[in-house]
Amino acid sequence: MSTYYASLLAESGILLLGALSVYIILATGQLSLGNGAFMGIGAYLSSYLTVALNVPLTLALVISAIAAGIIGAIVAFPALRLKGIYLAMATVGFGEMVRSFFLNFDTMGGSGGYRGMQHISVGYVWLWAGGILIAVMLLERSRVWLEMQAVHDDETAAGLIGLNTVVTKISAFAAGAAVAAISGGLFAHHNVYIEPANFGFERSVDFVLAVILGGSTVAPGSLVGSLLLVFLPEFLRPIADWRLAAFGSLLVLVLLVRRQGILDRSLIRMLTFRRAAA
Amino acid sequence: MSTPLLQLTGVTKTFGGIHALSGMVCEVPEGKIVGVIGPNGAGKTTLFNTITGAYRADAGEVKLKGVDVTQWPSYRIVREGIARTFQNIRLFGSMTVWEHLLVAQPHSESAWRRLLPIAWANPAAQERAEEVMAFFGLTELRDRPAKSLPYGIQRKVEMARAVTARPKLLLLDEPVAGMNHDEAEEIRSLMIRLRDTGLTILLIEHDMNFVMRLCDYLYVLDFGVLIAEGKPEEVRANPVVLDAYLGKDD
Repeated sequence: MSTYYASLLAESGILLLGALSVYIILATGQLSLGNGAFMGIGAYLSSYLTVALNVPLTLALVISAIAAGIIGAIVAFPALRLKGIYLAMATVGFGEMVRSFFLNFDTMGGSGGYRGMQHISVGYVWLWAGGILIAVMLLERSRVWLEMQAVHDDETAAGLIGLNTVVTKISAFAAGAAVAAISGGLFAHHNVYIEPANFGFERSVDFVLAVILGGSTVAPGSLVGSLLLVFLPEFLRPIADWRLAAFGSLLVLVLLVRRQGILDRSLIRMLTFRRAAA
Repeated sequence: MSTPLLQLTGVTKTFGGIHALSGMVCEVPEGKIVGVIGPNGAGKTTLFNTITGAYRADAGEVKLKGVDVTQWPSYRIVREGIARTFQNIRLFGSMTVWEHLLVAQPHSESAWRRLLPIAWANPAAQERAEEVMAFFGLTELRDRPAKSLPYGIQRKVEMARAVTARPKLLLLDEPVAGMNHDEAEEIRSLMIRLRDTGLTILLIEHDMNFVMRLCDYLYVLDFGVLIAEGKPEEVRANPVVLDAYLGKDD
């Protein structure tokens, strides 16, 4: 495998984690367009820990995830009062806030960026990405996930059947933020250079795009979406300047034909030859 | 007399000057089926919403087994023992029948076990869901998306979901609205069987015949005010009720 493809593969693993971070929050019916910021928090914090304090990378990632999770829970509190498009706008605002914080954060290079991280292999990236994907797939069979789905489908009814919807929504935000931070830590140590522009609005939109394209109702959808988002533009290279336009049209087409994204429950059942549930 | 399961004293709810409910007083004794009737807009659903914490009462007290739950958030009221169904069915769009029966069960397990697949971590919840599914005759429909089922069956799924929460008191908001005679009879016999298992039921209903043949006791509301109460035969004979409701209705 050429280094070029290896780096694309690492990129898709990092994107997968970002997509999963959106997916977890989306499962409770909340759209976050600010997960790039949580990724940035993870990237900066883990880099500082490994470079300045010589903390081992795996430990640094865990610490960053916990820190981002706490920040996620704090951000989620005011967000509880907002729904739909208003919540999405608030998360955009949060994202910009964090990005401009890092721009002015001179201790870690400000707009000049931060370097000195040790390079990690594509295998290490996918160890995390694959592990978290499996964890989310197991979570999807749990009681907690059913409660998240209930909040997603009908929040009022969820409360009136005995679910604490506030705890569910805040926990989802915290978990999403933690996963995004892991994504950021891996990004920082794979690219060995980070700057605030890496974690802006476009990054957040990429995460959402991967989820919506791949399938927003099942975790493996994020995997499909991330691989497509990274590799498809490469395969479209022969059409040169038109490849991004072609990619965009493809995206619109998928959304028109399959609103739930490429993968959904019934397609997975078909692919694994299980009995269709009518 | 022992404490009634549910006791309301002076419960009042206003919406911008309109008294949806004023000074509501009622008692639901354990092990009975009690009905709330009244014309459209009489405040019946407001009563349910106030009991379950969907609305905050402006005055008065709601007590469950002597515990004042008036200002509690709805999820705590459910966990204390009041489960309900809705007039316009509110099932979860992305869930199968089976998932509906798992999601509302009370939390007995630790937080960590709730994060694991139900099949590993909580066989007891699965047994409970099987049991309730069989009781309501839903076993065949286990893996069907609940919202794709016929209307009458959706009502049963909603009732079953409420029952899995192991309530002491079950509130049913027009459980046979829009059903044909046979379907309504099936619900009636289900409710009697539920009562025989020790569950107490409070229901809102429009179908007078249905209520008269089922309930042990009735409360009659009109414009948010309790205008009559008593055994079905007393209510049927009460001229105030006939004026307010039955006379106009038929």
